[in-house]
Amino acid sequence: MDDRQQKTDEFKTLVDFETKFNKMTISLLYALIGVVLLGMGLYRLVIDPHLVKKILALNISGAGVFLFLVAVADRIPGAAPDPVPHAMVLTGIVVAVSATAVALALACRIQEIKGTAELSENEPE
Amino acid sequence: MNLNDFLQPLTLPAWIVSLPLVAAGLSVALPKIGKPAAIFTAVATSMLVVMLGGEVLEHGTLQMQVGGWPAPLGISLHADGLSAAMLAIACLIAAVVTFYAASYFGPETSPPTFWPLWLFLWAALNALFLSSDIFNLYVTLELLGLSAVSLVALSRSAEALPAAMRYLLVSLTGSLSYLTGVALLYAANGTLDLNTLAAAEPGSPSISTAFALMASGLIIKSALFPMHFWLPPAHANAPAPVSAALSALVVKGSFYILMRLWLTLFEPLINPGTANLIGLMAAIAIFWGSVQALLAKRLKLLVAYSTVAQIGYIFLVFPLTSMPAAGQTAWQGGLYFVLSHACAKAAVFLAAGNVIYSVGHDRISELKGIVRRLPVSMFAFALAGVSLIGLPPSGGFIAKWLYLNAALTAGQWWWAVLILFGGLLSTAYVFRFFSRAFSYSTDTVAGRPVPWIMEWTAFVLASCTMILGLTAPEVIQLFTAGQPF
Amino acid sequence: MQNSNNLKKVHRAQHVSLTRKALTALSVMALTVILGWTVWTLPPFSDRMPDLVAAHLSISGVENPVTAVLLNFRGYDTLLEIGVLLLAAVGVLSLAPTSVLSAETAPAQVQILLLRLLPFIVIVGAYLLWIGKYAPGGAFQAGAVLAAGGVLLVTSVVRFNHITIKSVPIGLSIGLLTFLAVALATMIAGGNFLQYPLPWASALILVIEAAATISIAVILTILFIGRKPDG
Repeated sequence: MDDRQQKTDEFKTLVDFETKFNKMTISLLYALIGVVLLGMGLYRLVIDPHLVKKILALNISGAGVFLFLVAVADRIPGAAPDPVPHAMVLTGIVVAVSATAVALALACRIQEIKGTAELSENEPE
Repeated sequence: MNLNDFLQPLTLPAWIVSLPLVAAGLSVALPKIGKPAAIFTAVATSMLVVMLGGEVLEHGTLQMQVGGWPAPLGISLHADGLSAAMLAIACLIAAVVTFYAASYFGPETSPPTFWPLWLFLWAALNALFLSSDIFNLYVTLELLGLSAVSLVALSRSAEALPAAMRYLLVSLTGSLSYLTGVALLYAANGTLDLNTLAAAEPGSPSISTAFALMASGLIIKSALFPMHFWLPPAHANAPAPVSAALSALVVKGSFYILMRLWLTLFEPLINPGTANLIGLMAAIAIFWGSVQALLAKRLKLLVAYSTVAQIGYIFLVFPLTSMPAAGQTAWQGGLYFVLSHACAKAAVFLAAGNVIYSVGHDRISELKGIVRRLPVSMFAFALAGVSLIGLPPSGGFIAKWLYLNAALTAGQWWWAVLILFGGLLSTAYVFRFFSRAFSYSTDTVAGRPVPWIMEWTAFVLASCTMILGLTAPEVIQLFTAGQPF
Repeated sequence: MQNSNNLKKVHRAQHVSLTRKALTALSVMALTVILGWTVWTLPPFSDRMPDLVAAHLSISGVENPVTAVLLNFRGYDTLLEIGVLLLAAVGVLSLAPTSVLSAETAPAQVQILLLRLLPFIVIVGAYLLWIGKYAPGGAFQAGAVLAAGGVLLVTSVVRFNHITIKSVPIGLSIGLLTFLAVALATMIAGGNFLQYPLPWASALILVIEAAATISIAVILTILFIGRKPDG
């Protein structure tokens, strides 16, 4: 009986450790994915001349940063997530939506005036 | 219940932030009261900022916890000499330009959304200079950037819209970089409050990466070479009062945050290499901006490129302070540059706006003898030009003097050479316009008369650069109150 | 023939050089690797903020920690953020197109969908607003759901009546103004800026959130329309 009890206890601690380890690693994984998203968006932002694609790329980079923040909120194993990064992400999403709206309105007007939604490379004089 | 009950010193920062916000909200709800609300805000906020300045001079740093929650749980509003000085200059310029704009937009030509956007810009500046929380600074940066972009795009012309779009994309990239830095700092230290962060132990690689990210974002937003490409089209194609506010104040906002972060958090981490890299970019900015100003065909473009060059000067503060021998002199010089450039550049843009108002264009080659049409504006331009070149008794001279002192004390004479040479270049581009404006010309320059408010507001700002030069000891006493440096 | 050639010239995409692409790709990858390594080597977490929030949650007036942080502890951030939303609405309105949309009508299915969904949208929105005190929810979530209703109205080409159009500016700004009114009132009444008196905290937060919900819904709908609504 003692032997079985001992084995059950060992198994429990092993599972506990695994859940804690998995939780930590999962949030680390999400954080790294956030960083990768940030990079992907940044690449498109610089490369693509089309305005709507640039705006989308900025949004993807933003999503990457928000994912990183949510992952940061989850870093404490075995406890409720940290509410402050969640509040930061909520604020960030609202700010991103506002900025995207203004950017799209500008892109629409540029499309009307120039016939194309692309920024020219030269510095206009 | 008298005024004193309302205006306890601790509530001053909250009033200074709230007043423009209330005015902005009201002017959206009732568009007709936009102009009166702005003028009331100009007068009331000026009085509040003067009171705050007095408080800071007497009692040192003023700290207020929003919501009564102690940091790091809540957000603190922090007013030391540096914030008070920045608030004072922002208030002065915003108030004067408000009066200019009230006259610039006649009853028929006034865009219905100018006043709410203008008031949001002002609120953003006030909130930025008073905040002491890195995430709150991000929100104020976004508020500032979006209002600036919308103001640039106001005229909806074929030049202004792409300039505004470029400005917006660059601004958002800078904010994103800053936000990533904030996220890293929070992940590493568990707090968003500047003072708590300063007390935390430095040294993990995350702090350096966070610094690199935040500094890059702020440098992008302050248009330091090579991230300056968005500035000339945006500032040159905006309406005159907007250009004045943009060059004088908006680019200084992100610079102020960088200065604050440097002073509070990052100074121990900076190796001379980083500081000298910033110095190199600043040096190229001074050259490139001055050369492009010499080549510019339009007056507003000349002035915008001059801003690029002057921002190079302002960023020289970082390499100059990295040497301990220089001490406080370099910081004082940098801040003096910020203050006098703000006044001078705003005055010059207002004068350029008067030129456009009068003759309908600003092509320099066709502005011979404009002084006979706009004597007050040209005199304002002259005074401001003296400050930009750095001649006594202007504020620009004091700034360069402090810089030269710092450079020579630390034995790094090459910065001194750069500053003096830059002064020669500024003289060249200022005189390029001057010689035309003041030249003798037999043909009369046709144009309509400019309202006196518009000419005299330009003059008031230009004379402020002289006042800054003459009252240097008092000004330095103000912005070193509370020992920010 | 001439016209189609000109059209082709205008709409051909700009060609980005391969060197530029390679350079950008390399720098972005380097940046990502450095950031990734920084994330990997982050120092151990600190419990400071979650503990502080948990300790003060009982006096914050709400039971959900995120709402407490958003509307009470860091309410100043939320105040400025509502300002940013309103600013975006003003910016979009100042960029509004001058041309008027053609008079079209939506197909019958969309209109039926609208009639059926709208009551539910309102109820879900009100529920989200209320539940924000106890669980994830609150002003932004409720405002977004109501804005979805607004978008549905617009895509169904509903014509708004005179009074609705007149009240749009007030609807836009009421969130920010209410928030500021509460913040300044608490300051004038002797406390700190945005410091809710303890017994009133819950009620004040609800008032602020209700006004903010209306504002957010109107602002998001205006952001979608891109100009003043059709009468």
